[in-house]
Amino acid sequence: MQWEVVIGLEVHAQLSTESKIFSGASTAFGAAPNAQACAVDIALPGVLPVLNRGAVERAIKFGLAVGAKVARRSVFSRKNYFYPDLPKGYQISQFDLPVVLGGEIPILVDGVEKKVRLTRAHLEEDAGKSLHEDFHGMTGIDLNRAGTPLLEIVSEPDMSSPLEAVAYARELHSLVRYLDICDGNMQEGSFRCDANVSVRRPGGPLGTRREIKNLNSFRFLQQAIEYEIRWQIDTLESGGKIQQATVLFDSDRGETRAMRSKEEAHDYRYFPDPDLLPLEISEAWIEEVGKTLPELPQAKRIRYVSDFGLSAYDAGVLTSSKELAAYFEEVVSIYSDAKVCANWVMGEVNGWLNKAGIEIAKCPISSRALAGLLNRIGDGTISGKIAKEVFEAMWNGEGEADAIIEARGLKQISDSSALEKIVDEIISNNPSQVADYRAGRDKLFAFFVGQAMKATRGQANPAQLSEILKQKLAG
Amino acid sequence: MSISLSDVKRIASLSRIAVSDAEAEATRAQLSGIFSLIEEMQAVDTGGIAPMSHAQEIVLRLRSDTVTETDQHEAFQRGAPQVEAALYLVPKVIE
Repeated sequence: MQWEVVIGLEVHAQLSTESKIFSGASTAFGAAPNAQACAVDIALPGVLPVLNRGAVERAIKFGLAVGAKVARRSVFSRKNYFYPDLPKGYQISQFDLPVVLGGEIPILVDGVEKKVRLTRAHLEEDAGKSLHEDFHGMTGIDLNRAGTPLLEIVSEPDMSSPLEAVAYARELHSLVRYLDICDGNMQEGSFRCDANVSVRRPGGPLGTRREIKNLNSFRFLQQAIEYEIRWQIDTLESGGKIQQATVLFDSDRGETRAMRSKEEAHDYRYFPDPDLLPLEISEAWIEEVGKTLPELPQAKRIRYVSDFGLSAYDAGVLTSSKELAAYFEEVVSIYSDAKVCANWVMGEVNGWLNKAGIEIAKCPISSRALAGLLNRIGDGTISGKIAKEVFEAMWNGEGEADAIIEARGLKQISDSSALEKIVDEIISNNPSQVADYRAGRDKLFAFFVGQAMKATRGQANPAQLSEILKQKLAG
Repeated sequence: MSISLSDVKRIASLSRIAVSDAEAEATRAQLSGIFSLIEEMQAVDTGGIAPMSHAQEIVLRLRSDTVTETDQHEAFQRGAPQVEAALYLVPKVIE
């Protein structure tokens, strides 16, 4: 049977402010328990929230970057529920008048571009953390995270496969980091995804959706959605019905499971927070923030294709993070063959970074050092193959390309008389192969190249060697 | 408009307030009174009037993004029923 998948995502991006959204407590990660939970955060009687300008500014920045409408007037509401890590008994959020309305995120899946529409993005505070480990059957509450500013970004149900959902989440992740409004650290929970998933008959009415909560890696996002789609289709095809539910993804078992939760727990009884007046954002402020917008990933991709002649795919990889794009642009500014630079950054640099599990910011080879290495390929000092050996040595901290080439004696042999001498020797040492080659076994050419490379420890200039071999073997 | 006894019990449960049957009945009568007052107000034509989110015609004042608070958890936790390793301890609640 044919099924159509419908996915919408809600992303909670922790905004990179110094202080909390409604208090002057620090938001730094990893502090001792409750050391950063002030009277406002723990909801002592009589305290009042005061909104952080930095949080609003980041929301405006986001709104402008996705082409959304930044609301000139928005309102904070109370979302009421009881949980020990929410000391007020309500979360301050935005309900019917959010700060950002609409907008869109372009995604690229299998070479096809698609636009995912955004419904809204609103400001809210995070809750604290419950630690259910062994406290004599009690739960430990750390309120350091309570009051941390979040931008909840809600998409329309525009995605129709797990891959599209991941592409969207990645694009959004990259965007908030370009904008410098969120550090994007998924392990620390700075960027969390909830996925609403349903299936339906092609063209039919929307199916009942289930919401997968708190996915903190792109891999889990994909696995959870894949599992959920299979589960929903199996359930429907075996005559069952989907109940609307909130589910959690168990990454060890690779499956989603419904949370034990009372039906009425979702009656949040939103109402405007009387402690907070309406938020007004002036046109002048929006304009001012607009001037601070950096070049965005999509614009960068287009520029890489038009100015550097790169493929759309390469441009996508290189612009996937602001840091990688900056590294690449620095290399290109010194060594102008963009295609070669792109290949090295995406191939060797990315490959070694992945193997070592580190980010480009911690790359042991600076962009300038890499350009130095590429210059030596460009001027014929070393071949591309030898360059990989030099790269490895540079990675291991043996110094700059020139020093390594010198110390290891890796200079390419481009001296034709030296190469001719080597080729002569090979010819006289391998008479039967020479005879076979001359009798028409062309494939043996590779054998001679191999012998010459062996004799020169890979340092023969490949083009020159090939030329000399052809001449000499012709007899 | 009148509300039912089960509405009252549901609202009480959402608010984590324990109510006896007698209290629920008394509350039902009071709440119904409030709702009928609201019903009366709803007769007023509010078409074309923007919803009011606050009683005063002033807007939010913002603070600059700076850390102004210091660690006072010891003072705060003196009033907590149970504390361990600087964490507030509460009865276990796992959903």
